[in-house]
Amino acid sequence: MSVATKPAPAAGESILSVRNISKSFGAIKAVQNVSFDVQDGEVLGLIGPNGSGKSTLFNCILGQYPADTGEVLFKGESVAGKPAHSLNKRGISRTFQQLSVFPDMSVLDNIIMAGQEHHGTMWSRLLGPPDAGLTSEAEQLISFFRLEHLRHEKAGSLSYGQQKLVDAAMAFMAGPGLVLLDEPAGGVNLTMLEYLKERLRTYNRDHGTTFVVIEHNMEFVMSLCTRIIVLAEGSVIAEGTPPEIRANQRVIDAYLGG
Amino acid sequence: MSKPNKFLLLALGLVTLFVAPFGQGNYIIYVLCSWLVFSIAAMGLNLTLGYAGQVSLAQAAFMGIGAYVTALITMAGISWFLAMPAAVLSCFVIGLILGYPALRVQHHFLAFVTLAFNTLVFLVLRNEEWLTGGSFGLVPIPRPTIFGLSLNSQFAFYYFALVCFLVAAGVMAWIVHSPWGRGFKALRENPIRANSLGLNTRRMTLLAFAIGSAFGGLAGALVAPLVQFIEPGSFTLIHSLKILLMVIVGGSGFYFGPFLGAALVVLLPEMLRFTDGYYLIIYAAFVLVLLVFSPTGLIGLGEKITTNLRAQRVARNDLKNGAQL
Repeated sequence: MSVATKPAPAAGESILSVRNISKSFGAIKAVQNVSFDVQDGEVLGLIGPNGSGKSTLFNCILGQYPADTGEVLFKGESVAGKPAHSLNKRGISRTFQQLSVFPDMSVLDNIIMAGQEHHGTMWSRLLGPPDAGLTSEAEQLISFFRLEHLRHEKAGSLSYGQQKLVDAAMAFMAGPGLVLLDEPAGGVNLTMLEYLKERLRTYNRDHGTTFVVIEHNMEFVMSLCTRIIVLAEGSVIAEGTPPEIRANQRVIDAYLGG
Repeated sequence: MSKPNKFLLLALGLVTLFVAPFGQGNYIIYVLCSWLVFSIAAMGLNLTLGYAGQVSLAQAAFMGIGAYVTALITMAGISWFLAMPAAVLSCFVIGLILGYPALRVQHHFLAFVTLAFNTLVFLVLRNEEWLTGGSFGLVPIPRPTIFGLSLNSQFAFYYFALVCFLVAAGVMAWIVHSPWGRGFKALRENPIRANSLGLNTRRMTLLAFAIGSAFGGLAGALVAPLVQFIEPGSFTLIHSLKILLMVIVGGSGFYFGPFLGAALVVLLPEMLRFTDGYYLIIYAAFVLVLLVFSPTGLIGLGEKITTNLRAQRVARNDLKNGAQL
């Protein structure tokens, strides 16, 4: 897969730097002066109670909202104000909270679509082969998620959990160095959750892809991520490994409303 | 449908198109030519609306622009083979410009923007008499000649239109089966997701309008020499709605949809003429019933029937093999 060909990062190199991001909506300070770094190859969790600013921060990183202050550096380059398609071409990919497949297209077409804009120019895509030469690469991801029997089914006819897998496969197909997962566990049953976690871990181990996970499901985040950042009321209140976060009194207070 | 069956059906269709005008009178051949021309226009709208999901109520305006550009150039004594590319190119460019509002508004708002554009084009065609001849239109528009061969007979013009239709259909097939086609569908299904996967949705929206409009321009470039007389009334909103009906009735977003839709809209009223005054009622009732039972049009109806048959066959085989409920 395309991700396998990316050059090996220097150990501990920062792939994403969020510097002093603030964002207000009227009088509401959704995100206040948040800074953190994401190391290449790590699985970082971003958690916090409802309304803590996780989604706003995510949207600021992805350029969906312009941040009031601060900057976002991806591989050392500022990506503020870049449109989503341009961020994706630089190597940032994402999944969405709501289901985000193309329902009337086959699973295979969904995954090819996720990769085709990364190959060749606009004209070579018009004149080249219909699958943009990506069928075998897409098939590998279909096998990776064990969706072989569904490859020609319309994505919209799949179960919720299966669509989540297709969504993840699409994010990986885009060949990114960094995948932002927006509540991957939301609405997924327990068996599927374990499977999804295991697949994300395997992909991270085999391809060195960096993940940033926003999640409400504590068990899922604690067992998947190597490092966790906790937001409350728009600010970072804690940062550390899962056991450290579990024991942190400020985190417990924030969650219990103490 | 299996591949050999598809080829067989396609070959059968081509043979039918080839022999269709044999032994027919001028009027029937004229109706067949209209079907070919409207198929091209509907094919274009099917790309804009059916594949890319951008509502447009202005396809007749593009036919009008194409027809007037062709008429003015050919009436000045210049070959149709130079006039046609000029017509297609001008529609491509104007379509691209019309695409800009689509970057800001969607659905019924976009429908009204394009509707206003159609009215604007009509008013320009009617009021700018010095150029367009106003309500009197332009006449006589010469028919093209190929290697000194005149296309003045309806029979010869049919084959000329058929070749244009086949080339246009080939280009459209290429586009919708290429990664661009997948990009257009992604734009229709979920533009935000498509954008996050690297698709330049802005560019694709503009292209959907430009290419769809260019097909409208080609249809116009053919309608001018077919009728040999054009006037603004032939390119009003009602004609755009007619082309929209072709796309919807045929099956929006399906490659063969517009051909079937155009056949129904152009040919069925002619076939129902024997019912005298009732033909419009029967026609309207048929369209209503069809769309209630099959919102995906004629193609969708066909798919529904074949899937049902296939499912029954699968179930029967399962039962035969001892499957239990």
